[in-house]
Amino acid sequence: MSALLEARGVGKKFGGVQALKDVTLTINAGEIYGLIGPNGAGKTTFFNVLTGLYTRDGGEVLFAGSPLRLGSPHEVTRAGIARTFQNIRLFGNMTARENVMVGRHARTGAGVLGAVFRSAAARAEEAAIRRRADELLHYVGIADRGDDLARHLSYGDQRRLEIARALATEPKLLALDEPAAGMNATETAALRVLVEGLRADGVTVLLIEHDVKLVMGLCDRVAVLDYGEKIAEDVPAAVQKNPKVIEAYLGGSVA
Amino acid sequence: MDQKTKAYAGTFLIAAVLAVAPFAVGGAFGNTWVRVLDYAALYIILALGLNIVVGFAGLLDLGYIAFYAVGAYLYALLASPHFGLHWPAWAILPLGACVAGLFGVLLGAPTLRLRGDYLAIVTLGFGEIIRIFMNNLNAPINITNGPKGIARIDAISIAGQPLSKAIEIAGLKIPGVYLYYYLFVVLALGIVFVSIRLQDSRIGRAWVAIREDEIAAKACGIDTRNVKLLAFAMGASFGGVAGGLFAGFQEFVSPESFGLMESVMVLCMVVLGGMGHIPGVILGGLLLTVLPEAFRHGAGPAQQALFGKVLLDPESLRMLLFGIALIAVMLYRPAGLWPDARHRREMAEKKS
Repeated sequence: MSALLEARGVGKKFGGVQALKDVTLTINAGEIYGLIGPNGAGKTTFFNVLTGLYTRDGGEVLFAGSPLRLGSPHEVTRAGIARTFQNIRLFGNMTARENVMVGRHARTGAGVLGAVFRSAAARAEEAAIRRRADELLHYVGIADRGDDLARHLSYGDQRRLEIARALATEPKLLALDEPAAGMNATETAALRVLVEGLRADGVTVLLIEHDVKLVMGLCDRVAVLDYGEKIAEDVPAAVQKNPKVIEAYLGGSVA
Repeated sequence: MDQKTKAYAGTFLIAAVLAVAPFAVGGAFGNTWVRVLDYAALYIILALGLNIVVGFAGLLDLGYIAFYAVGAYLYALLASPHFGLHWPAWAILPLGACVAGLFGVLLGAPTLRLRGDYLAIVTLGFGEIIRIFMNNLNAPINITNGPKGIARIDAISIAGQPLSKAIEIAGLKIPGVYLYYYLFVVLALGIVFVSIRLQDSRIGRAWVAIREDEIAAKACGIDTRNVKLLAFAMGASFGGVAGGLFAGFQEFVSPESFGLMESVMVLCMVVLGGMGHIPGVILGGLLLTVLPEAFRHGAGPAQQALFGKVLLDPESLRMLLFGIALIAVMLYRPAGLWPDARHRREMAEKKS
């Protein structure tokens, strides 16, 4: 298996708080990689550093063999990392289809002249964007909601729409920030099927999740963060038995 | 009638109304009112330009009139005895669009990280800077002729025929204001066309995405810096064209025409009409040009008829009523007089 993403010694400080300390991890192509940890452990910070939203204070990130530039989220997306947000960030006043169409932005190129004169190339591209958006809506299972405003969708559907929008950028790595948060059991089960389908289709997934059952059942490998440090990285079965992990989660030694 | 026939019929009807309008208005109320229509077309061009920045991309710009000033002064400098240059309008207007667009980028670049109120304050400052420059660039080298302004600007000519002079076609005398009307309306229609095409495109979607959620837009791979600068440049270039037309039409420009109040007026047209909705913005531009004029002419005689004398100066009464009208619209139609379906729903939900 080849490494898709390598983070080496990544650090991040907020004032006096060391949110991330020397985090080194490797995500292999084609796997579902889980990132867990207690609240405030630095999971989302790591995510934001990885996707260029925060500038990191140290270390480097190699993606598909080349280093990622600091602090430019759109370039990270172009390089092939797409993300969803812990608190869903859709374009609320655009329709579901338009949301996914925006996701195609990075992979298309029509400019002002193309838009104004509707050249053959621009028209073809626009049709392709629309077609792809409909395919993706169908893929995540909300094909019938295409014309609804994003903020009128149910919570579970909004999560799906966000995933569809992220997939529209043709990511090599899809980073999901607590996708099951706030979902009921049925929605979580459906999400699991969706993420497994992604893996089957060759998308590598980085998953931050609180739902330990979901993570352990879904992920090929899991890393555990605690106070900004990686304390374990292994297959789920081994991580579950790791005493450091148990201590971090239960707060104290377990005999 | 099928859809296509209907569309053609609608287009034909609009074209007919627009073509006849100056004759109907001029015949009924006199040529002063055709002049008002000319200004309405100019303001519609301006409002559509600002609509790209404010309505589509959601960037509150209070100094928009600066680009109008840049376009107007460029025309004035290149086609007046001031420098002895007499370039043709067809060369100056596109150049004006480009120069104003460049100024749009100049304004946009340092304000990229700002949003909302902060952006409004910086752009307001920019508008004032341009006006003050125009006011003071008469020394040590006289460029703008200072507060006296630039006079005797060449009228816009088409095929050697200055539009300020009446022409006669088949015994029908067409005054200059009518000719300007047709030119401005044709250009306004062109700008409407460009606006519609932009709105419904990859670029237009990116603008709306930035308005909705900038961080999510970045995560979608949108280079928000370039896309915002593009919005500033496009909006500014529309303003530059309108400015050039204004200079050629007035044949005189002075810094007074480009004060903060003008920026606020154009913003009112956009907001009152319906932000981001092209028909609404056109309606806003038309209403806010025609109604104050009607009031200016009507308020004096009306008071004379009612009370036997003029109690309140029509000019101050006009501003008072304008303020009340603004408040009323924002209270009862917060999304504007003619909002697009999307905004209307949003506002309705907030109310309930």
